[in-house]
Amino acid sequence: MKFFKKLFKEKPLSSDRGILIFENTSEVIKAENILKQHGYKVKVVGPPAHVRKGCDLAIEFPVVEAMGILNTLENQGLMPIDFLPSNDGNLKPVDLFHIKDYGRFIMVRAANMKITVHKSTLTIVNVSGGGCPDVPYLAACLVGKRLDEAAEPRQLGHTLCGYALQLAYDKIKELCLQ
Amino acid sequence: MLAIIGTVPEEDFPITSDRVHLDGNYLILNNRKIPINRGTPALIASACKIFEILGKDMPYVYLVGDTGKGYGSKKLYEYFAQDVKNQTFDTLTFHYLMPDADWCNKILLSIDELNRRPFLIADAGFMYAAKMSGNAKYFDLFTPDPGELAFLADEEAPHPFYTRGFLLQDESKVEELIKRAYKHENAAKYLLVKGRRDYIAKDGKILDIVSEPCIEALEPIGGTGDSLTGIVSALIDSGYETERACSLAAKINRVAGKLSKPEPSTQIWEIIKFIPDAFGLLV
Repeated sequence: MKFFKKLFKEKPLSSDRGILIFENTSEVIKAENILKQHGYKVKVVGPPAHVRKGCDLAIEFPVVEAMGILNTLENQGLMPIDFLPSNDGNLKPVDLFHIKDYGRFIMVRAANMKITVHKSTLTIVNVSGGGCPDVPYLAACLVGKRLDEAAEPRQLGHTLCGYALQLAYDKIKELCLQ
Repeated sequence: MLAIIGTVPEEDFPITSDRVHLDGNYLILNNRKIPINRGTPALIASACKIFEILGKDMPYVYLVGDTGKGYGSKKLYEYFAQDVKNQTFDTLTFHYLMPDADWCNKILLSIDELNRRPFLIADAGFMYAAKMSGNAKYFDLFTPDPGELAFLADEEAPHPFYTRGFLLQDESKVEELIKRAYKHENAAKYLLVKGRRDYIAKDGKILDIVSEPCIEALEPIGGTGDSLTGIVSALIDSGYETERACSLAAKINRVAGKLSKPEPSTQIWEIIKFIPDAFGLLV
Protein backbone atom coordinates (compact mmCIF):
# COMPACT_ATOMS: atom_id res chain seq x y z
CA MET A 1 0.00 0.00 0.00
CA LYS A 2 1.32 3.39 -0.87
CA PHE A 3 2.38 5.84 1.80
CA PHE A 4 -0.37 8.33 1.09
CA LYS A 5 -3.22 5.85 1.41
CA LYS A 6 -1.84 4.78 4.78
CA LEU A 7 -1.76 8.41 5.79
CA PHE A 8 -5.50 8.72 5.21
CA LYS A 9 -6.26 5.72 7.39
CA GLU A 10 -4.04 6.66 10.29
CA LYS A 11 -5.05 10.28 10.77
CA PRO A 12 -8.62 11.46 11.40
CA LEU A 13 -9.81 14.48 9.46
CA SER A 14 -9.64 17.73 11.41
CA SER A 15 -12.80 19.77 11.72
CA ASP A 16 -13.59 22.27 8.98
CA ARG A 17 -17.17 22.78 10.11
CA GLY A 18 -18.93 25.56 11.97
CA ILE A 19 -22.20 25.84 13.86
CA LEU A 20 -25.00 28.39 13.37
CA ILE A 21 -27.03 29.03 16.53
CA PHE A 22 -30.64 30.28 16.27
CA GLU A 23 -33.31 31.43 18.71
CA ASN A 24 -35.79 28.66 17.94
CA THR A 25 -36.39 25.49 15.97
CA SER A 26 -38.52 27.07 13.26
CA GLU A 27 -35.64 29.44 12.39
CA VAL A 28 -33.29 26.44 12.16
CA ILE A 29 -35.60 24.64 9.74
CA LYS A 30 -36.14 27.77 7.65
CA ALA A 31 -32.39 28.44 7.54
CA GLU A 32 -31.63 24.86 6.51
CA ASN A 33 -34.06 25.12 3.59
CA ILE A 34 -32.68 28.48 2.44
CA LEU A 35 -29.06 27.34 2.61
CA LYS A 36 -29.69 24.04 0.84
CA GLN A 37 -31.55 25.90 -1.91
CA HIS A 38 -28.44 28.07 -2.34
CA GLY A 39 -26.20 25.03 -2.69
CA TYR A 40 -24.51 25.04 0.71
CA LYS A 41 -23.60 21.71 2.31
CA VAL A 42 -25.38 22.08 5.66
CA LYS A 43 -27.12 19.75 8.08
CA VAL A 44 -29.15 20.10 11.25
CA VAL A 45 -27.32 18.88 14.36
CA GLY A 46 -27.54 19.16 18.10
CA PRO A 47 -25.44 22.08 19.34
CA PRO A 48 -22.15 21.15 21.06
CA ALA A 49 -22.26 20.91 24.86
CA HIS A 50 -20.34 24.13 25.41
CA VAL A 51 -22.94 26.24 23.56
CA ARG A 52 -25.31 27.65 26.14
CA LYS A 53 -27.58 29.74 23.99
CA GLY A 54 -30.28 29.34 21.39
CA CYS A 55 -32.49 26.30 20.87
CA ASP A 56 -31.58 22.61 20.98
CA LEU A 57 -30.97 22.40 17.24
CA ALA A 58 -28.23 24.05 15.24
CA ILE A 59 -26.93 24.06 11.68
CA GLU A 60 -23.53 22.65 10.83
CA PHE A 61 -21.86 24.35 7.85
CA PRO A 62 -18.44 24.64 6.11
CA VAL A 63 -16.81 27.23 8.37
CA VAL A 64 -14.76 28.82 5.58
CA GLU A 65 -18.00 29.85 3.84
CA ALA A 66 -19.31 31.75 6.88
CA MET A 67 -19.68 35.14 5.24
CA GLY A 68 -21.57 33.93 2.17
CA ILE A 69 -23.90 31.96 4.44
CA LEU A 70 -24.54 34.92 6.74
CA ASN A 71 -25.23 37.16 3.72
CA THR A 72 -27.63 34.60 2.24
CA LEU A 73 -29.56 34.36 5.49
CA GLU A 74 -29.62 38.12 6.02
CA ASN A 75 -31.03 38.62 2.53
CA GLN A 76 -33.91 36.37 3.61
CA GLY A 77 -34.42 38.33 6.83
CA LEU A 78 -32.99 35.57 9.02
CA MET A 79 -29.92 35.94 11.21
CA PRO A 80 -28.40 33.46 13.66
CA ILE A 81 -27.64 34.48 17.23
CA ASP A 82 -24.04 33.42 16.66
CA PHE A 83 -21.70 31.34 14.53
CA LEU A 84 -18.68 29.47 15.83
CA PRO A 85 -16.37 26.59 14.95
CA SER A 86 -17.79 23.18 15.86
CA ASN A 87 -15.04 22.03 18.19
CA ASP A 88 -14.81 22.06 21.97
CA GLY A 89 -15.25 25.81 22.26
CA ASN A 90 -11.67 26.91 22.86
CA LEU A 91 -11.23 28.57 19.49
CA LYS A 92 -11.87 32.29 19.29
CA PRO A 93 -11.66 34.73 16.39
CA VAL A 94 -8.24 36.33 16.17
CA ASP A 95 -9.74 39.65 17.16
CA LEU A 96 -6.67 41.70 17.92
CA PHE A 97 -6.58 44.82 15.80
CA HIS A 98 -3.13 45.94 14.77
CA ILE A 99 -2.88 49.56 13.65
CA LYS A 100 0.23 50.93 11.94
CA ASP A 101 0.68 54.58 11.05
CA TYR A 102 2.88 55.22 8.00
CA GLY A 103 2.52 59.02 8.04
CA ARG A 104 0.41 59.68 4.96
CA PHE A 105 -1.06 56.17 5.17
CA ILE A 106 -2.64 54.05 7.86
CA MET A 107 -2.91 50.25 7.92
CA VAL A 108 -5.30 48.15 10.01
CA ARG A 109 -4.98 44.40 10.41
CA ALA A 110 -7.88 42.34 11.76
CA ALA A 111 -7.16 38.65 12.18
CA ASN A 112 -5.41 37.64 8.94
CA MET A 113 -6.48 40.59 6.75
CA LYS A 114 -4.99 44.06 6.28
CA ILE A 115 -6.35 47.22 4.66
CA THR A 116 -4.39 50.43 4.04
CA VAL A 117 -5.78 53.90 3.35
CA HIS A 118 -4.27 57.20 2.20
CA LYS A 119 -5.27 59.46 5.05
CA SER A 120 -5.92 62.73 3.26
CA THR A 121 -7.81 61.36 0.24
CA LEU A 122 -9.38 58.36 2.10
CA THR A 123 -8.41 56.18 -0.86
CA ILE A 124 -7.97 52.48 -0.18
CA VAL A 125 -4.47 51.82 -1.54
CA ASN A 126 -3.88 48.17 -0.63
CA VAL A 127 -5.57 45.05 0.70
CA SER A 128 -3.37 42.14 1.78
CA GLY A 129 -3.31 38.89 3.73
CA GLY A 130 -5.75 36.00 3.60
CA GLY A 131 -5.88 32.93 1.39
CA CYS A 132 -9.48 32.39 0.32
CA PRO A 133 -10.32 33.18 -3.32
CA ASP A 134 -12.48 36.21 -2.54
CA VAL A 135 -9.40 38.09 -1.26
CA PRO A 136 -8.05 39.02 -4.74
CA TYR A 137 -11.63 39.84 -5.80
CA LEU A 138 -12.20 42.07 -2.78
CA ALA A 139 -8.86 43.78 -3.40
CA ALA A 140 -9.77 44.38 -7.04
CA CYS A 141 -13.10 45.89 -5.99
CA LEU A 142 -11.77 48.07 -3.16
CA VAL A 143 -8.30 49.31 -4.13
CA GLY A 144 -8.45 52.76 -5.70
CA LYS A 145 -11.89 53.54 -4.18
CA ARG A 146 -12.56 56.06 -1.44
CA LEU A 147 -13.51 54.60 1.95
CA ASP A 148 -16.84 56.43 1.91
CA GLU A 149 -17.67 55.27 -1.64
CA ALA A 150 -16.45 51.67 -1.74
CA ALA A 151 -18.84 48.77 -1.28
CA GLU A 152 -18.38 47.07 2.08
CA PRO A 153 -16.47 43.76 2.03
CA ARG A 154 -19.51 42.02 3.53
CA GLN A 155 -21.48 42.87 0.38
CA LEU A 156 -18.85 41.28 -1.87
CA GLY A 157 -17.10 38.56 0.12
CA HIS A 158 -18.08 34.99 0.93
CA THR A 159 -15.45 33.55 3.26
CA LEU A 160 -13.90 34.00 6.69
CA CYS A 161 -11.11 36.03 5.04
CA GLY A 162 -13.82 38.35 3.68
CA TYR A 163 -15.35 38.52 7.15
CA ALA A 164 -11.96 39.45 8.66
CA LEU A 165 -11.53 42.15 6.03
CA GLN A 166 -14.92 43.59 7.02
CA LEU A 167 -13.65 43.90 10.61
CA ALA A 168 -10.52 45.71 9.40
CA TYR A 169 -12.64 47.89 7.10
CA ASP A 170 -14.97 48.88 9.98
CA LYS A 171 -12.00 49.75 12.17
CA ILE A 172 -10.16 51.84 9.58
CA LYS A 173 -13.40 53.64 8.69
CA GLU A 174 -13.88 54.45 12.36
CA LEU A 175 -10.32 55.79 12.55
CA CYS A 176 -10.40 57.79 9.31
CA LEU A 177 -13.93 59.16 9.37
CA GLN A 178 -14.20 60.06 13.04
CA MET B 1 8.20 21.68 -15.56
CA LEU B 2 6.40 23.82 -12.99
CA ALA B 3 2.60 23.86 -12.89
CA ILE B 4 0.73 26.51 -10.92
CA ILE B 5 -2.88 25.91 -9.91
CA GLY B 6 -5.02 28.84 -8.76
CA THR B 7 -7.74 31.36 -9.47
CA VAL B 8 -8.36 34.78 -10.99
CA PRO B 9 -10.87 37.19 -9.45
CA GLU B 10 -13.48 36.99 -12.22
CA GLU B 11 -16.78 35.16 -12.07
CA ASP B 12 -16.91 33.96 -15.68
CA PHE B 13 -13.27 33.05 -16.38
CA PRO B 14 -13.43 29.44 -17.69
CA ILE B 15 -11.02 26.66 -16.75
CA THR B 16 -7.90 27.40 -18.77
CA SER B 17 -4.69 25.40 -18.78
CA ASP B 18 -1.63 25.96 -20.90
CA ARG B 19 1.83 27.46 -20.86
CA VAL B 20 1.77 31.14 -20.00
CA HIS B 21 4.02 34.07 -20.81
CA LEU B 22 4.44 37.65 -19.70
CA ASP B 23 3.69 40.76 -21.74
CA GLY B 24 4.39 43.87 -19.68
CA ASN B 25 2.00 43.90 -16.74
CA TYR B 26 -0.15 41.09 -18.16
CA LEU B 27 -0.03 37.32 -18.38
CA ILE B 28 -0.93 35.91 -21.78
CA LEU B 29 -2.76 32.60 -21.58
CA ASN B 30 -4.67 31.18 -24.55
CA ASN B 31 -4.95 34.69 -26.06
CA ARG B 32 -6.38 36.05 -22.80
CA LYS B 33 -4.71 39.03 -21.12
CA ILE B 34 -4.69 38.68 -17.35
CA PRO B 35 -3.55 41.64 -15.19
CA ILE B 36 -0.90 40.71 -12.61
CA ASN B 37 -2.29 42.92 -9.87
CA ARG B 38 -2.36 40.32 -7.10
CA GLY B 39 -3.13 36.73 -6.16
CA THR B 40 -2.22 33.79 -8.39
CA PRO B 41 -1.40 35.99 -11.44
CA ALA B 42 1.21 37.80 -9.30
CA LEU B 43 2.67 34.43 -8.25
CA ILE B 44 2.80 33.27 -11.88
CA ALA B 45 4.38 36.52 -13.09
CA SER B 46 7.11 36.27 -10.44
CA ALA B 47 7.88 32.71 -11.47
CA CYS B 48 8.01 33.82 -15.13
CA LYS B 49 10.57 36.50 -14.24
CA ILE B 50 12.87 33.88 -12.69
CA PHE B 51 12.46 31.51 -15.64
CA GLU B 52 13.24 34.37 -18.06
CA ILE B 53 16.51 35.07 -16.23
CA LEU B 54 17.48 31.41 -16.11
CA GLY B 55 16.48 30.79 -19.74
CA LYS B 56 13.95 28.12 -18.78
CA ASP B 57 10.57 27.28 -20.26
CA MET B 58 7.62 29.26 -18.92
CA PRO B 59 5.33 27.54 -16.37
CA TYR B 60 2.19 25.60 -17.16
CA VAL B 61 -0.82 27.03 -15.36
CA TYR B 62 -4.32 25.92 -14.42
CA LEU B 63 -6.60 28.90 -13.81
CA VAL B 64 -10.29 29.43 -13.25
CA GLY B 65 -12.44 32.36 -12.18
CA ASP B 66 -13.53 32.36 -8.53
CA THR B 67 -14.73 35.37 -6.55
CA GLY B 68 -15.06 33.43 -3.30
CA LYS B 69 -18.20 31.40 -3.92
CA GLY B 70 -16.03 28.35 -4.54
CA TYR B 71 -17.77 27.19 -7.73
CA GLY B 72 -14.72 27.84 -9.90
CA SER B 73 -12.36 26.16 -7.44
CA LYS B 74 -14.50 23.01 -7.37
CA LYS B 75 -14.57 22.80 -11.16
CA LEU B 76 -10.81 23.27 -11.30
CA TYR B 77 -10.21 20.62 -8.63
CA GLU B 78 -12.24 18.15 -10.67
CA TYR B 79 -10.47 19.06 -13.91
CA PHE B 80 -6.98 19.00 -12.44
CA ALA B 81 -7.47 15.68 -10.63
CA GLN B 82 -8.00 14.04 -14.03
CA ASP B 83 -5.64 16.11 -16.17
CA VAL B 84 -2.59 15.71 -13.94
CA LYS B 85 -2.61 11.98 -14.77
CA ASN B 86 -1.76 12.87 -18.39
CA GLN B 87 1.02 15.31 -17.55
CA THR B 88 4.58 15.15 -16.29
CA PHE B 89 5.33 17.92 -13.85
CA ASP B 90 8.40 18.30 -11.66
CA THR B 91 6.84 20.86 -9.34
CA LEU B 92 3.24 21.71 -8.44
CA THR B 93 2.32 24.96 -6.69
CA PHE B 94 -1.24 25.24 -5.37
CA HIS B 95 -2.46 28.72 -4.46
CA TYR B 96 -5.69 30.75 -4.08
CA LEU B 97 -8.32 28.01 -4.13
CA MET B 98 -11.38 27.56 -1.95
CA PRO B 99 -10.15 25.51 1.05
CA ASP B 100 -11.86 22.15 0.66
CA ALA B 101 -10.54 19.17 2.61
CA ASP B 102 -12.35 16.58 0.48
CA TRP B 103 -10.95 17.93 -2.76
CA CYS B 104 -7.47 18.14 -1.26
CA ASN B 105 -7.74 14.41 -0.50
CA LYS B 106 -8.86 13.65 -4.06
CA ILE B 107 -6.09 15.75 -5.63
CA LEU B 108 -3.47 14.02 -3.51
CA LEU B 109 -4.84 10.59 -4.42
CA SER B 110 -4.46 11.52 -8.11
CA ILE B 111 -0.88 12.64 -7.47
CA ASP B 112 -0.19 9.44 -5.57
CA GLU B 113 -1.04 7.46 -8.70
CA LEU B 114 1.60 9.24 -10.81
CA ASN B 115 4.75 7.38 -11.77
CA ARG B 116 6.89 10.15 -10.34
CA ARG B 117 5.77 12.33 -7.48
CA PRO B 118 6.27 16.08 -8.12
CA PHE B 119 7.65 18.49 -5.51
CA LEU B 120 4.52 19.83 -3.82
CA ILE B 121 4.18 23.47 -2.73
CA ALA B 122 1.06 24.95 -1.15
CA ASP B 123 0.20 28.51 -0.21
CA ALA B 124 -3.02 30.42 0.60
CA GLY B 125 -6.31 28.49 0.44
CA PHE B 126 -4.84 25.17 -0.63
CA MET B 127 -2.40 25.28 2.29
CA TYR B 128 -5.45 25.71 4.56
CA ALA B 129 -7.07 22.69 2.89
CA ALA B 130 -3.88 20.64 3.26
CA LYS B 131 -3.83 21.30 6.99
CA MET B 132 -7.59 20.90 7.49
CA SER B 133 -7.54 17.52 5.74
CA GLY B 134 -4.64 16.25 7.84
CA ASN B 135 -2.29 15.98 4.85
CA ALA B 136 0.22 18.75 5.63
CA LYS B 137 3.19 16.43 5.98
CA TYR B 138 2.61 15.03 2.51
CA PHE B 139 3.72 18.42 1.09
CA ASP B 140 7.30 19.53 0.51
CA LEU B 141 6.93 23.26 1.15
CA PHE B 142 4.42 25.63 2.74
CA THR B 143 4.86 29.41 2.60
CA PRO B 144 2.76 30.82 5.47
CA ASP B 145 2.82 34.31 6.97
CA PRO B 146 2.92 34.52 10.80
CA GLY B 147 -0.90 34.46 11.06
CA GLU B 148 -1.09 31.38 8.87
CA LEU B 149 1.74 29.83 10.89
CA ALA B 150 -0.35 30.28 14.06
CA PHE B 151 -3.16 28.46 12.25
CA LEU B 152 -0.79 25.62 11.33
CA ALA B 153 0.49 25.52 14.91
CA ASP B 154 -3.02 25.16 16.37
CA GLU B 155 -4.11 21.61 15.71
CA GLU B 156 -7.74 22.60 16.31
CA ALA B 157 -7.97 25.72 14.12
CA PRO B 158 -10.05 25.34 10.93
CA HIS B 159 -8.93 28.68 9.40
CA PRO B 160 -6.46 31.50 10.27
CA PHE B 161 -9.46 33.53 11.47
CA TYR B 162 -9.67 31.23 14.49
CA THR B 163 -6.88 30.15 16.79
CA ARG B 164 -6.73 29.48 20.49
CA GLY B 165 -5.74 32.48 22.62
CA PHE B 166 -2.26 31.28 23.50
CA LEU B 167 -1.26 31.14 19.80
CA LEU B 168 -1.01 34.75 18.71
CA GLN B 169 0.29 35.72 15.30
CA ASP B 170 3.14 37.45 17.08
CA GLU B 171 6.36 37.49 15.07
CA SER B 172 8.40 37.04 18.25
CA LYS B 173 6.77 33.61 18.66
CA VAL B 174 7.59 32.29 15.18
CA GLU B 175 10.20 29.74 16.29
CA GLU B 176 7.84 28.35 18.95
CA LEU B 177 4.97 28.18 16.44
CA ILE B 178 7.16 26.38 13.89
CA LYS B 179 8.03 23.71 16.48
CA ARG B 180 4.38 23.29 17.42
CA ALA B 181 3.26 23.01 13.78
CA TYR B 182 5.76 20.17 13.23
CA LYS B 183 4.91 18.50 16.54
CA HIS B 184 1.28 18.06 15.47
CA GLU B 185 2.24 17.15 11.87
CA ASN B 186 0.61 20.27 10.47
CA ALA B 187 3.66 21.49 8.55
CA ALA B 188 5.18 20.52 5.22
CA LYS B 189 8.72 19.11 5.13
CA TYR B 190 9.98 22.68 4.57
CA LEU B 191 8.45 25.92 5.79
CA LEU B 192 9.26 29.35 4.40
CA VAL B 193 7.61 31.72 6.88
CA LYS B 194 7.32 35.17 5.35
CA GLY B 195 7.26 38.17 7.66
CA ARG B 196 9.47 40.88 9.11
CA ARG B 197 12.04 38.08 9.29
CA ASP B 198 11.71 35.18 6.87
CA TYR B 199 12.31 31.78 8.51
CA ILE B 200 13.34 28.70 6.59
CA ALA B 201 12.70 25.47 8.50
CA LYS B 202 12.98 21.78 7.72
CA ASP B 203 11.40 19.04 9.83
CA GLY B 204 11.12 21.41 12.80
CA LYS B 205 14.66 22.79 12.63
CA ILE B 206 15.38 26.41 11.68
CA LEU B 207 17.86 26.40 8.79
CA ASP B 208 18.09 30.10 8.01
CA ILE B 209 16.61 33.49 8.85
CA VAL B 210 16.56 36.26 6.24
CA SER B 211 15.90 39.73 7.61
CA GLU B 212 17.66 42.18 5.31
CA PRO B 213 16.85 44.48 3.70
CA CYS B 214 13.90 45.23 5.98
CA ILE B 215 11.49 47.64 4.32
CA GLU B 216 8.57 48.72 6.49
CA ALA B 217 6.42 49.84 3.57
CA LEU B 218 6.27 46.30 2.14
CA GLU B 219 3.92 45.00 4.85
CA PRO B 220 0.71 46.62 3.57
CA ILE B 221 1.37 45.77 -0.09
CA GLY B 222 -0.92 43.00 -1.29
CA GLY B 223 0.90 40.27 -3.22
CA THR B 224 4.37 40.32 -1.65
CA GLY B 225 3.73 36.83 -0.29
CA ASP B 226 2.49 35.70 -3.70
CA SER B 227 5.64 36.97 -5.38
CA LEU B 228 7.81 35.13 -2.84
CA THR B 229 5.97 31.85 -3.48
CA GLY B 230 6.33 32.36 -7.23
CA ILE B 231 10.07 33.00 -6.96
CA VAL B 232 10.77 30.01 -4.73
CA SER B 233 8.62 27.74 -6.94
CA ALA B 234 10.62 28.73 -10.03
CA LEU B 235 13.98 28.33 -8.29
CA ILE B 236 13.11 24.86 -6.99
CA ASP B 237 11.79 23.80 -10.39
CA SER B 238 15.00 25.10 -11.96
CA GLY B 239 17.07 22.74 -9.85
CA TYR B 240 18.05 24.85 -6.85
CA GLU B 241 18.29 22.79 -3.67
CA THR B 242 15.26 23.59 -1.49
CA GLU B 243 17.03 25.31 1.40
CA ARG B 244 19.10 27.46 -0.98
CA ALA B 245 15.99 28.25 -3.05
CA CYS B 246 14.06 29.41 0.03
CA SER B 247 16.87 31.66 1.29
CA LEU B 248 17.56 33.10 -2.15
CA ALA B 249 13.86 33.68 -2.86
CA ALA B 250 13.44 35.55 0.43
CA LYS B 251 16.41 37.78 -0.45
CA ILE B 252 15.27 38.38 -4.05
CA ASN B 253 11.80 39.36 -2.87
CA ARG B 254 13.18 41.80 -0.33
CA VAL B 255 15.71 43.36 -2.70
CA ALA B 256 13.10 43.68 -5.48
CA GLY B 257 10.90 45.44 -2.94
CA LYS B 258 13.70 47.79 -1.99
CA LEU B 259 14.56 48.58 -5.61
CA SER B 260 10.94 49.58 -6.24
CA LYS B 261 11.27 52.35 -3.62
CA PRO B 262 7.96 51.28 -2.16
CA GLU B 263 5.27 53.24 -0.38
CA PRO B 264 2.23 51.63 1.26
CA SER B 265 0.34 52.46 -1.94
CA THR B 266 2.79 50.58 -4.21
CA GLN B 267 1.19 47.76 -6.20
CA ILE B 268 2.81 44.34 -6.54
CA TRP B 269 3.45 44.61 -10.29
CA GLU B 270 5.73 47.57 -9.51
CA ILE B 271 7.86 45.20 -7.40
CA ILE B 272 7.72 42.16 -9.70
CA LYS B 273 9.41 44.10 -12.49
CA PHE B 274 12.51 44.46 -10.28
CA ILE B 275 12.91 40.71 -9.72
CA PRO B 276 15.51 40.34 -12.53
CA ASP B 277 17.58 43.22 -11.09
CA ALA B 278 17.36 41.72 -7.61
CA PHE B 279 18.42 38.31 -8.94
CA GLY B 280 21.36 39.94 -10.74
CA LEU B 281 22.53 41.64 -7.55
CA LEU B 282 22.35 38.43 -5.50
CA VAL B 283 23.53 35.67 -7.83
